[in-house]
Amino acid sequence: MPNAKLLPTGQARIEHMEMRGIVKRFPGVLAADHINFDVRAGEVHALLGENGAGKSTLMKILYGLYQQNEGDIFLNGERVFIKSPADAIALGIGMIHQHFMLVPSLTVAENVALGLKSSRGLLLDLDVVTNRINDLAKTYGLHIDPSAPVWQLAVGERQRVEIIKALYRGAALLILDEPTAVLTPQEVDDLFVTFNQMVDDGHALIFISHKLHEVLAISHRISVLRDGKHVGTVPTREATKQSLARMMVGREVLLQYDRPPVEVGPPRLQVTDARAASDQGTEALRGVSLDVRAGEILGLAGVSGNGQRELAEVIFGLRPMTGGTINIEGRDVTGQPASILNTMGMSYIPEERMVDGVIKDFTVAENLILQDHGLPVYSRNIFLRPGAIAQRCAELIQNFNIRTPSQETPIKSLSGGNIQKLVLARELARAPRVLIAAQPTRGVDIGATEYIHQRLLDQRAKGTATLLISEDLDEIMALSDRIAVIYEGEIMGVVDRANASIEQLGLLMAGVRQETTAEQSA
Amino acid sequence: MQLNQLLRNPRLERVFVTLLPLVAVIAALVLGAFMLILMNADPIEAYRDGLYEGAFGTKNAVADTLIKATPLLLVGIGICISFRGGVINIGGEGQMIVGGLAATWLGLEFRDASPDVMIPACLIGSFLAGAIWGGLAGVLKAYFNVNEILSTIMLNQIASLWMGYLVRSVLISEKQKNSASPIPETDRLPREFDLPRIGERLDDIYKFFGLPSDKLWATTLLHNGIIIAIILAVLVYIFLWRTTIGYRIRAVGKNPRASRYAGIQVKHYVVLSLVLSGGFAGLAGGIQVLGVRHRMNAEGGAIAFTGNAGFNGIVAALFGKLHPLGTIPAAVLFGALLVGGNKLQRVVQVPSALITVLIGLVIVFVVGSDIWTRRRTQRRVSVDGAGSEAQPETEGIT
Repeated sequence: MPNAKLLPTGQARIEHMEMRGIVKRFPGVLAADHINFDVRAGEVHALLGENGAGKSTLMKILYGLYQQNEGDIFLNGERVFIKSPADAIALGIGMIHQHFMLVPSLTVAENVALGLKSSRGLLLDLDVVTNRINDLAKTYGLHIDPSAPVWQLAVGERQRVEIIKALYRGAALLILDEPTAVLTPQEVDDLFVTFNQMVDDGHALIFISHKLHEVLAISHRISVLRDGKHVGTVPTREATKQSLARMMVGREVLLQYDRPPVEVGPPRLQVTDARAASDQGTEALRGVSLDVRAGEILGLAGVSGNGQRELAEVIFGLRPMTGGTINIEGRDVTGQPASILNTMGMSYIPEERMVDGVIKDFTVAENLILQDHGLPVYSRNIFLRPGAIAQRCAELIQNFNIRTPSQETPIKSLSGGNIQKLVLARELARAPRVLIAAQPTRGVDIGATEYIHQRLLDQRAKGTATLLISEDLDEIMALSDRIAVIYEGEIMGVVDRANASIEQLGLLMAGVRQETTAEQSA
Repeated sequence: MQLNQLLRNPRLERVFVTLLPLVAVIAALVLGAFMLILMNADPIEAYRDGLYEGAFGTKNAVADTLIKATPLLLVGIGICISFRGGVINIGGEGQMIVGGLAATWLGLEFRDASPDVMIPACLIGSFLAGAIWGGLAGVLKAYFNVNEILSTIMLNQIASLWMGYLVRSVLISEKQKNSASPIPETDRLPREFDLPRIGERLDDIYKFFGLPSDKLWATTLLHNGIIIAIILAVLVYIFLWRTTIGYRIRAVGKNPRASRYAGIQVKHYVVLSLVLSGGFAGLAGGIQVLGVRHRMNAEGGAIAFTGNAGFNGIVAALFGKLHPLGTIPAAVLFGALLVGGNKLQRVVQVPSALITVLIGLVIVFVVGSDIWTRRRTQRRVSVDGAGSEAQPETEGIT
């Protein structure tokens, strides 16, 4: 039956795609070292690995963005040469990028039609496109209004547009590069329903992620890459979080932490009715109130862009407030600059660490003394004390396990995880009474993440009041004592971790306020 | 690329990067040689008998080279501070002029005072005048968000016009004032205020060791300014890398956001960068007055006084990789090009514009090599970073 070989879109299936012995060299780095990888129609093959393991490189080769130095790609047993994304699309390979490639001011239909030949020559054929979008939406359960401008859509909807775009271009094999990174748990569930539908219809999906539970939930097979090498491929039913983490990191990894009970003290950080504008001048914080007590970690959950960054900056005196107050240990510090807060035992691990937290061109040692270079430990009168600085930095590098060739290495040549450890070392070495940690493990590999989490818990045991801002619910759940959820600049509710469920947090993150959660917060 | 293979070795790479400016100079000279051939001049004769002879051939030539290098070096170390502080100071010319005016006014106003007081006073005064002139642009940038490139260029014009006005009115010498066709120039500063010549001091040293006196050095015009400039270059190096203030200036220059986060008063340090940068340019002007010209003369406008050192000092600093110690040889090199270029055009009879072209070529090659190294390191750092979106697509082919 020839029909069995076709997808609902009318496109031929890609029964089997195989990459054999792929090698990709960049100057000084072997990004892909003889990697074998394959995917069949009707399966989700997950590609797992830490940052820099070679996942993106491998997929960019498949999509024609890079050319491999060695190795071959076979589609349905036939060798193919993919020189550009246009070649890939012609062969039925589509890619959903982590960052959406949509024009916000255009409608869904216009975005889908963008770059395609119109069936009417010079005239637009948006009605044809619209009909086809509706067909696709019905087939795959991707509910979307083709005439809606993209800027009005929520993140999850935009992702659907990206998927429709790829399907419209005839994708039989879809590469999904961290598609869940920006979604709420409910949106992830919806997305997985779509994926299952697509797989049932005979699509082949490659799912790139570093979130273990998602990989376990959606995939049929899992391949793990480490340092550009293929570590192994396992059927999902035989895999566990623990075994996958071990494959990714190359050693045992703690996924659960001991959280010894800590005597919770008085509030150290109190934010009352904080209001502030975003960089674009819109209202980013609309009356945020929270308090963090000594010896507790307050997790602030929320999809990014809901005011988290502004809140952290407001607390740390880097952004003017339009209303409300900030109290540190009972002292009103509203409107005080960072230079004052630095002397009050406040530490801040900023979200955009490469922009806000470190100076890329400075050396490891110079970055470690960023705030405290004027203190007697590091300088006398106006003269820096190179000997004392070197000694102290050597301690920090060792204690915090920062991997660097030397103290004099410019930090731009360190890995993301090591830079984050450096920031952590600097901030924790200042013995903070109040710590704001914004996305402390974003873009950081599992090994470093585990380490950073342990240090945050150590700090909790020492009585530091920590505000942990994170999009990663697993992280929030693993570390927090209480969890606040922020949505569009407002706190939707505060719940004790013991009573919190992922579903409940997910609803709050989507802006659904529940009476019950509101009561619990009291 | 084979070069890339070779440069895997970090030590070789460091040697290569350090020598790159020299490679750039040689490349510029080779290109210049072709132009000389096109002008029917013998490039070997031009470079050997002209450029080299003129810059280093005799003691007088060496002295002349160092005299020309002095303002370049002083402006250059100021530029090191401002560029490291993230501020582009194009106002060296104007800052030199106000420095020169300050030194001249002080020297003439207190002409009867002791030179032991007045020489330092004139130099400090010129530093302060330049510092104020630079600081003006700094305040405008820090507090009114005025682009410092525009403001410093415009302050050059203003300084130049002030010079014309002051030298024609209040500062003009009595003799010229009463003449039928007055030359716009001031009185000569008292001879006791001249910066001591190095030769005189050298002779003392020779005598101390019982050596025969070296009359030749004693007759050169080389003054102590070059010594002052070199000492200051070393001090500025210590200042930038060994003090908290220098640390903050560099931090603000590299990343103002992270500096603010660290509690550094970013605006103060923007102003300070321009104050210090202007100060050193002002001092260059003061040393020109005490060491070379001994008066201000408004004929020929700003360039006749500064000799373009306010701009060429920027080039010297960039050539020295914005490092005060690197700026020392860079300033000497450009001094040599200026002085040797004079001789070159006389020896092989080519237009004086050629030496300007030659200096321009050096700049183009130096800047080009700098961009080249920066892109090379960037490419290597961004390799397979998870988020590295933009990989040059030719990368896989090379």
